[in-house]
Amino acid sequence: MNVVYILWLRQLKRSARSKARIIGSFAQPLLYLLAFGFGFGSMFQRAGQGNYIQFLTPGVITMSILFTSIFTGIEVIWDRQFGFLKETLVAPVPRILIMIGRTLGGATVSVLQGIVVLVICLAVGFRTPSLALLPLALAFMILTAILFTAVGTALASVLPDFQGFQLVMNFLVMPIFFLSGALFPLTNVPRAMRMIAALDPLSYSVDGLRFALIGVTHFGVTLDLAILCGVTAAALAIGGYLFSRIQV
Amino acid sequence: MIRAHGLVKKFGDFTAVDNIDFDVAKGEIFAFLGPNGAGKTTTIKMLTTLLRPTSGSVSLDGLDPVTQQTATRKQFGIVFQDPSVDDELTAYENMDFHGVLYSVPRKLRQERIEALLRLFELWDRRKDQVKLFSGGMRRRLEIARSLLHTPKIIFLDEPTLGLDPQTRNQLWTHIKKLNDEEQVTVFLTTHYMEEAERVAHRIAIIDHGKIIAQGTPDELKTQTATDTLEQAFLTLTGNTIREEEASGVDKLRTFGKVMRRVK
Repeated sequence: MNVVYILWLRQLKRSARSKARIIGSFAQPLLYLLAFGFGFGSMFQRAGQGNYIQFLTPGVITMSILFTSIFTGIEVIWDRQFGFLKETLVAPVPRILIMIGRTLGGATVSVLQGIVVLVICLAVGFRTPSLALLPLALAFMILTAILFTAVGTALASVLPDFQGFQLVMNFLVMPIFFLSGALFPLTNVPRAMRMIAALDPLSYSVDGLRFALIGVTHFGVTLDLAILCGVTAAALAIGGYLFSRIQV
Repeated sequence: MIRAHGLVKKFGDFTAVDNIDFDVAKGEIFAFLGPNGAGKTTTIKMLTTLLRPTSGSVSLDGLDPVTQQTATRKQFGIVFQDPSVDDELTAYENMDFHGVLYSVPRKLRQERIEALLRLFELWDRRKDQVKLFSGGMRRRLEIARSLLHTPKIIFLDEPTLGLDPQTRNQLWTHIKKLNDEEQVTVFLTTHYMEEAERVAHRIAIIDHGKIIAQGTPDELKTQTATDTLEQAFLTLTGNTIREEEASGVDKLRTFGKVMRRVK
């Protein structure tokens, strides 16, 4: 238990000390919120879909969690290159505990960031009709954060260095984000795209969070929660397995 | 205490370690010498559970690093060839992290951290992040850290690389003292032959993955009819300069370029 705690603490300390990263991680969601939110806002309204900022906020929060989680997960590569990974790999503790500690630490940072993005959205004009479902919103944020930190860790465990990182960004993270319904409703898109979105775990994060924050859902909140729990458990298992197989 | 038998490690077609045997007794200081790329670090990685051997067997204090990983890991401390401290954490935090990983009880942990940081003259800088440290200070911190959990075996993979003569002297004095007083077994590699000659009871010379000579420093000198270990080493391994692969830092430069493109 102490081992999980100290690794969790390390992730938190590292994040808190990296000011460039803190600023960068807020700048991006804010950019999306302003550019898309105000850029497409009037079109969205005229198309009869209501207030776009309301619709977009859950998407932007999910995005910030997705990006931060993948980044903190993939930090394993960083540790490998700077050598610190070896210190944890020769330690007399099951590697799965190391992986869990790291993942929970990364996930905590992502969730905190998601909360700050929510506050920023509130400042820009987002309004949630009821605060009663806030714990549910938090649950979706936590699941999403754990899921994608584990995915990042799994990827980092098999990528030898940062060469493959750009591929991961372009062929995994970006598609996961853009095809998830974070930016547009899935109700009116072509059938093929709707099917792709149904295969994208982030769709369920966005949908669940949207339900918790503004009461709108595409898949239904029970399905969202069930699928996310399943996928997160699988990602933890796969990430834990790959992490414990690392040789340096 | 440390035993390798018919040990082989292949990376694809390349045989990094080629059927080596050695046996290090308890309380012995054993130096593993060889040119760059000879297979020293690969051997250490197999002994310390970081790499699985292709074939052959190793054992540490009777434990098998392949099947009894956690038990094996409790037995040793290691100073890696390249840095392995966390730059973003302070010196104290790095030590504390290590102590928790090795389940050193809190009270004892605090005492030992203080004693070791004082010994390696880092106590005054304990609250500074390691990224502010010079190369020598980082090295001292790694050495202090490897001793925190009082291991029975210590692996030192080129521990004195980049250290000034004062620190090197202090390090070897301390290692010899630990060896004398607590019978700690030491397995070391170094490129400084006079260090090996000074501290090692026994030496193995490895080249192209094979052990080409083994014995006490005097035996090696007699065998090659030379006066110093350095001459003996050169006689045994020849004068060709070896190539090595790009280091982690080189690879990071590539990463920097990639990141700039992403943003």
